[in-house]
Amino acid sequence: MATASEPKVDARTGTPTTGHEWDGIAELNTPLPRWWLWTFYACIIWSIGYWVVYPTWPGITGFTEGLFNWNSRSAVVEDLNELQTIRAPGAAKLAAANIGDIEKNPELLTIATATGKAAFANNCAPCHGSGAQGAKGYPNLNDDDWLWGGTLADIQQTLTHGIRWDADKDTRAGDMPAFGATGMLKADEIANVAQYVRSLSGLPNETGADLAKGKDVFAANCAACHGDAGKGNAELGAPNLTDKIWLYGSDTASIVNRINVGGGGKMPAWGGRLDPTTIKALTVFVHSLGGGK
Amino acid sequence: MAQAAQTGKSMRFGEVGLLVVFAALALFSIFVASKAWTPAFAFHAWLFALGSIAAILGIFKRYSVRSADWPAQMIDGRPNYNYGPVKFAAVMAMFWGIAGFTVGLYIATELAFPMFNFDLPWIAFGRLRPLHTSAVIFAFGGNVLIATSLYVMQRTSRARLAGDLAPWFLVLGYNFFILVAGTGYLLGITRSHEYAEPEWYAIFWLVCVWLTYLFVYLATLHKRTEPHIYVANWFYLAFIVTIAMLVLGNNTEVPVSIFSSKSYPVWSGVQDAMVQWWYGHNAVGFFLTAGFLGIMYYFVPKRAERPVYSYRLSIVHFWALIFLYIWAGPHHLHYTALPDWAQTLGMTFSIMLWMPSWGGMINGLMTLSGAWDKLRTDPVLRMLVVSVAFYGMSTFEGPLMSVKAVNALSHYTDWGIGHVHSGSMGWVGFVSFGALYCLIPWVFNRKGLYSLKLVDWHFWLGTIGIVFYISAMWVAGIMQGLMWRAYTPQGFLEYSFVETTEAMHPMYVIRALGGFLFLCGMLIMAFNIYKTIASPEASSVPSGRPALAPAE
Repeated sequence: MATASEPKVDARTGTPTTGHEWDGIAELNTPLPRWWLWTFYACIIWSIGYWVVYPTWPGITGFTEGLFNWNSRSAVVEDLNELQTIRAPGAAKLAAANIGDIEKNPELLTIATATGKAAFANNCAPCHGSGAQGAKGYPNLNDDDWLWGGTLADIQQTLTHGIRWDADKDTRAGDMPAFGATGMLKADEIANVAQYVRSLSGLPNETGADLAKGKDVFAANCAACHGDAGKGNAELGAPNLTDKIWLYGSDTASIVNRINVGGGGKMPAWGGRLDPTTIKALTVFVHSLGGGK
Repeated sequence: MAQAAQTGKSMRFGEVGLLVVFAALALFSIFVASKAWTPAFAFHAWLFALGSIAAILGIFKRYSVRSADWPAQMIDGRPNYNYGPVKFAAVMAMFWGIAGFTVGLYIATELAFPMFNFDLPWIAFGRLRPLHTSAVIFAFGGNVLIATSLYVMQRTSRARLAGDLAPWFLVLGYNFFILVAGTGYLLGITRSHEYAEPEWYAIFWLVCVWLTYLFVYLATLHKRTEPHIYVANWFYLAFIVTIAMLVLGNNTEVPVSIFSSKSYPVWSGVQDAMVQWWYGHNAVGFFLTAGFLGIMYYFVPKRAERPVYSYRLSIVHFWALIFLYIWAGPHHLHYTALPDWAQTLGMTFSIMLWMPSWGGMINGLMTLSGAWDKLRTDPVLRMLVVSVAFYGMSTFEGPLMSVKAVNALSHYTDWGIGHVHSGSMGWVGFVSFGALYCLIPWVFNRKGLYSLKLVDWHFWLGTIGIVFYISAMWVAGIMQGLMWRAYTPQGFLEYSFVETTEAMHPMYVIRALGGFLFLCGMLIMAFNIYKTIASPEASSVPSGRPALAPAE
């Protein structure tokens, strides 16, 4: 234990030690590596330079704003303006065009698709899926089965005002009654009509199902909206029950559940959130996915 | 002996005091449990009650077997070192390491294959993620720091650890804190602040434990028989003092009721974010950097049997590190509501921090000069040296990522996750493994490790695992950042968020594989450590010179 401060020389490096030793550990008296020291100084000098240029030191009421008055708020505004400049020529053409002409004009269609695809990915994909393929309760937009109409005007109306979106007075409205929950139909009536609805698209029925009774229940309660033949009504958002496309599932339990609870899905009104040109482009994009009418 | 001890034995002041405190805490906890607002909080109150009762029983049991006299400070002119708490913390570090790495592997698998959530709230990513981070940082890392610091402090001060029950209160109390915090996460109790999730009552307990730590450390330092304080102790002390300050600062909060686990911070909005990242970044700076540099400064020269490279560098980089780190937190909040001036300061102080951080790397690596050949034969030393290399890499990457232009790409992406893991697995993990491989044979008085060959396996599995992990995260993070900012020529975003997630899937699988290899290394270590402790004591080893594992 050489606790006395007598510097010794380390044989392997030839460097003197500080003379202290702790639990057998000594320390060499190596000077600071020059490259280390100068890099450290350089970092400090660079930082001081950065302070002069950019907003840095706080005071009582403000802060040093830097040589060029740079700040992140105006930088964001500049970036957004730049983006608008890039988008402006296309947006102007779309705004001026009649929505019905866009799909006939390759240039307009390209602009609308680019705009619509991005808007769809950022706003619609969370519910309808990134490929617009839909999910249970969220319609597939690639097929030609439209709950609220598949013309350009219909789609534009749905996008702008939403579906069952109470904050928008022009929203698509049309609620299926909760036949079971309110006691309008009894359990056996619901069971029969569910089997009848399955038969409309050729699905097999459970043994013992009384389709005739189910048909009567359908005529008395469902036909007003879904039509006598179950073909649906886009005015009311009542689905076609004969096309083998099922929003909430085709199994008996799912159908019975829909009849019990009624109602329907909601979609936000995008009118206040997206500008009219973007909605126009989105309309064309959705229309062009494959099922537009 | 036993009869002699019986006569004239009486309770010491500390024993009586702690018995009173724990009796009061047990009664109070039962009272709180009976009125708790939620079952989860009642469970925690019962944990406190049971813990207190266990402490009371423990104190009585210890009293019944201990001798009447205080333990000797010196035996035959050598300090009578107190290794009990060191052994306990070292073994707990092994346990929490395995637990923390396993949870990490599980959540990496959840990210790659979300079905592993099984729709169970208790094992959802949101609850397991803080369990993983706390288990590896605070439980594994914390126990390594406590074990090594109590050892290094005694050895380099040539003094027995201060306190009688205090060191035991420290190690047992700290692990009890981890138990409360961890079970809280699974039950949904959280402050929702990253790395600061434990609620007010867990923090209150932690502060009591931590002040005991500080007190034990300072008292031992005061008793030292060496004229100077060794550099490792500066770092340990900076770690202990600053963590106390950070925890108090970031937990300025008001509980809703003493019968509720919930509390609300005094700060709100951007002030809360700023305090949180002042805390968060300095938890990295003082827990994961300063504390583990303390480990490096003792175990690297000790294992290499070489003097520390430069005393001057250790002084200059210590003070520069301490002074500069505390300012760097705002770089976690670039391009947010945080004022621009604070962002500038956070970034420039991070740049200035680069060389002070590297001072530790230089001192660690250059201490090997004249002993590089030992890397070929001693896998433990190799582990320590590679940890220092990872330290150097991640302390370069950190300042780089703090530059606003780089941060604009890297922030919120998996690059951050990769950066954290090169630091935590490469630096903190490896330096801890290396230190434990040295420490455990020393404090348990074993001739050496059971197998150096197994250490070799651990080294390579761990290294390959880290490389898989961090390169997968570099690719995933940079790809993600580039995809987020990609625009079409018409000025629209090229990709939706889900497309970026899909693109990263293969990288997530590789990351999980890296974690698996790292965990395998840890399991091999656990086996090796178990066999080492199970081997017979080395009776002939003089206590002043610990046996080093043969370097073949």
